[in-house]
Amino acid sequence: MGIETTPALARRAMLAAGAALLAAPTVRAQGAPIKVGLVAVLTGPQAALGTQLRDGWTLGLRHLENRLGGRPVETIVIDDELRPDVAVTKVRAALERDRVDFVVGVVFSNILQAIMRPVTEANTFLISTNAGPSTFAGRGCNPFFFTTSYNNDQVHSVMGQAAQDAGYRRVFLLTPNYQAGRDAMAGFKSRFQGQVVDEVYVPLTHVDFSAELARIAALRPDAIFTFMPGGLGVNLVRQYRQAGLQNIPFLSTFTVDEATLPAQGEAALGFFSGANWAPDMENEQNRRFVRDMEAQFNYIPATYAAQSYDAAMLLDSAVRRVGGNLADRNALRQAIAAADFRSVRGAFRFGVNQYPVQDFWLCQVVRRPDGRFQTQTVRRVLEANVDPWAGECRMPGRV
Amino acid sequence: MNTTLLLVQVLNGLQFGILLFLVAAGLTLVFGVMDFINLAHGVQYMIGAYLGATLAALTGSFWLGLLLALPAALLFGLLLELLVFRHLYERDHLSQVLATFGVILFLNQGVKAVFGAAPLQMPVPEALSGGVRIMEGLLYPAYRLAILAAGLATAALLWVLVERTRVGMLVRAGASNAPMLSALGVDVRRLFMAVFGFGAMLAGFAGVMAAPILSVEPGMGDNLLILAFVVIVIGGIGSIRGAFIAALIVGLVETIGRSMMPDLMRLFLDASAARQTGAALASMLVYIVMAAILAFRPAGLFPVRT
Amino acid sequence: MTWRDAALPAGVFVALALAPFLGFGQSHSLTLLARAMIFAMAAISLMLLVGGAGLVSLGHAAMLGIGAYAVVVLDHARITEAWMVLPAGVGAAALFALATGAIAIRTSGVHFIMITLAFGQMAFFTASSLALYGGDDGYTLYGRTEIFGARLLEDRLAFHFACLFCLVAAWALVRVLLASRFGRVLRAARENETRVRALGLEPYPYRLAAYVIAGAIGGLAGVLLANATEFVAPAYLAWQRSGDLLFMVILGGLAGPHGALLGALAFVLVEEWLATLTEHWRLIFGPLLILCVLFLRGGIAGLLGRG
Repeated sequence: MGIETTPALARRAMLAAGAALLAAPTVRAQGAPIKVGLVAVLTGPQAALGTQLRDGWTLGLRHLENRLGGRPVETIVIDDELRPDVAVTKVRAALERDRVDFVVGVVFSNILQAIMRPVTEANTFLISTNAGPSTFAGRGCNPFFFTTSYNNDQVHSVMGQAAQDAGYRRVFLLTPNYQAGRDAMAGFKSRFQGQVVDEVYVPLTHVDFSAELARIAALRPDAIFTFMPGGLGVNLVRQYRQAGLQNIPFLSTFTVDEATLPAQGEAALGFFSGANWAPDMENEQNRRFVRDMEAQFNYIPATYAAQSYDAAMLLDSAVRRVGGNLADRNALRQAIAAADFRSVRGAFRFGVNQYPVQDFWLCQVVRRPDGRFQTQTVRRVLEANVDPWAGECRMPGRV
Repeated sequence: MNTTLLLVQVLNGLQFGILLFLVAAGLTLVFGVMDFINLAHGVQYMIGAYLGATLAALTGSFWLGLLLALPAALLFGLLLELLVFRHLYERDHLSQVLATFGVILFLNQGVKAVFGAAPLQMPVPEALSGGVRIMEGLLYPAYRLAILAAGLATAALLWVLVERTRVGMLVRAGASNAPMLSALGVDVRRLFMAVFGFGAMLAGFAGVMAAPILSVEPGMGDNLLILAFVVIVIGGIGSIRGAFIAALIVGLVETIGRSMMPDLMRLFLDASAARQTGAALASMLVYIVMAAILAFRPAGLFPVRT
Repeated sequence: MTWRDAALPAGVFVALALAPFLGFGQSHSLTLLARAMIFAMAAISLMLLVGGAGLVSLGHAAMLGIGAYAVVVLDHARITEAWMVLPAGVGAAALFALATGAIAIRTSGVHFIMITLAFGQMAFFTASSLALYGGDDGYTLYGRTEIFGARLLEDRLAFHFACLFCLVAAWALVRVLLASRFGRVLRAARENETRVRALGLEPYPYRLAAYVIAGAIGGLAGVLLANATEFVAPAYLAWQRSGDLLFMVILGGLAGPHGALLGALAFVLVEEWLATLTEHWRLIFGPLLILCVLFLRGGIAGLLGRG
């Protein structure tokens, strides 16, 4: 990690205290709309993920008749363009000009890192609906930060556990060469005890995997584990199938999901993924969510949409619990932490670091009767799992 | 690393190089003949991929899609020429750079507005869906071999066109001295249009060929454009032969560097540091090669202009 | 040199100085203005190369990035004092410019564009591989650079004026340089290298000096950028950023440093404004750039100068 040194924390605590004095939370009339800043990447190659995230939130609000806890809602959509400095400028504008009451969304960790300080130091609650870096799960945990998604390490460790359970001895690891990619390998290895035959990093702008595929064929591992979000995954999956490697089990995270399956199609059939949610989960809330997503937006939702939908339900429950009064930050925080809502993934509660404590599943790509592709739960791998950083979090009781 | 694996990597490198060549060929012609920097060339590759994927989906056939996408890409290129580029030939390089950047912004966002942000899929044609077993457990996809063959055929065709036909002679003359050509009474404007349309079609062809193996998404041409520029600068601007050789060099350096760098680094560093440094160095390798070549041969390997 | 060359930028500077008191005082407006001023500073330094020496660099974002990463490296070592941070940022960028410029300036024209791109990409990939400083995810700064232990820059208004001061200084420096004998040699070498050589002058050291000075100003802009966003990521060094800087310079016009100033301010502010209108703002911004090229010969500065 190395990012959060103790003096830095002390400096931050001082700053936060100063900010708390200056920026007293705005007290608004109960009838006025609640304003929410929704941060998502809507331009550039990763826009498909941001679109899912935004649509999930939109559907959530539609189901709530555009009210959170009985108060009308106004959503301000912020396109972060996947550029940290742009995100900071726009989020500051949302905080200060539009005076948003909550900031939700964020697909990528680097954007979350960039906006974390401006949002939380304004005593505004930040609900991440996808990015879940370890930085804010352990010593950097923050009373104003919640996530409805996961901690990155957990998802990767699910696949490590799944590989262990399946009895694989030799596994080949392949990820992009950036922080999340390195975390993915570490997460996988935290639960996998067999031999890692090779670890290969590719650049984020990688398009042709033929060199890596030749290496895999030469080493003939029992399985491969990979983390290739977005377009990277589309390329890898298709080329993996074309190279005839499908007999080597394909274990992955964020590589085959409903955001990329339309482009991967048949090539991804039978490939495995680790996730906290899949569209086939059997509960009333989820059936309604998936059915209406398909009806409204004409695509099958992925976790990005599901976690944003949950965030809408979560905030609805919290605002209802405090009777629409957002001024008392401590009460509001307790109300969010109570997580008194029905999640599309079934059981859901927050841990001490305000990251979810939840089940994780092994999922597999299947073809539905209507010919479309989606992931489907195979079995539960981890039950009520707490992320590995929670123990390091010393969360203040009051803000 | 054993010999078979090395051979496979060489094949991969050549195939990537050929793809690069198809994009770079148009770029170097347009640049060489018209002295026109067209940043939007990468977007034409993207448009080709989108046209191919859409037309293949509409007609239900890869081949029909390919056949229809080529004239469509050509028309699209000519349309751009008519609307924007034509007014820029007389301008300095900087104006061209800014205006063609505007075209990139518009078209990248345009395809997103029309086709959505999610990547599209173009299936591999049935006849080429198999593979050739070249080593234990690894199929070399027939489709990739087809790209290699198509690229080589295109390169040969280009060579014949440029070296053996009257139009080719004009193109060569234009590349070394355009004002003189104009003074000799050649209709440079029509020549420009022809070269431009042809370049756009080549880029579109590369896009269609890449669509079944790469993800078709907005902005897919941007990084390829940079590599194509690297290729034409290494090869010498305006030189088809230079572009061909440079494209193969870049393709091989990219592919082989990526697979060998981490092993090489392991000689100096511990395993995990070697993997990360190796990967980072491999990404830089192409640029290091270019900087080195330019440092010693500032006009590239096969300079056209004297 | 006309009165407009001084009056126009002077007007802009006065407007920037008054902006906080004329309804742009909220901190998000100040953040936006600071970003605009920082990019303007970088664009002005690039203008010295493009407009002065005829060296079109597509790797200028690396200078900004190196300045920004100097702040990160020192912050990690718990050094946040301006008299350490500023020289480090400026010096590191100048050194990088010296080393890469010594090779790059041997080439010219498009080859120079590409070789600077190559060095920029090397810097980008190096920054991405710095796992100690967050790698690709970037590095969060928990506080701005201090001046003799005082946390003056935390105040957004003070930071606004610090940026403005640096911007004016950078503009004045580039303007003085271009008007001096140094600048005349640069321009003469751009127009006709043979003639300059015939006069017994070797353009190489002049160009290299210009490249290093531009790098140093870029480094200063980078230090400020890190402080403005309190976050540094390799994205700051991406070639698209270098492209943006170049487009700001061209958009503004090459008549003098005020062109780059206007170009950068217009680029950042128009982008921001369009983005508030529609998600598809690039559909408007792209054609806008094309129209500027087609109808505004001489850039924005040319338009205002014609007045």
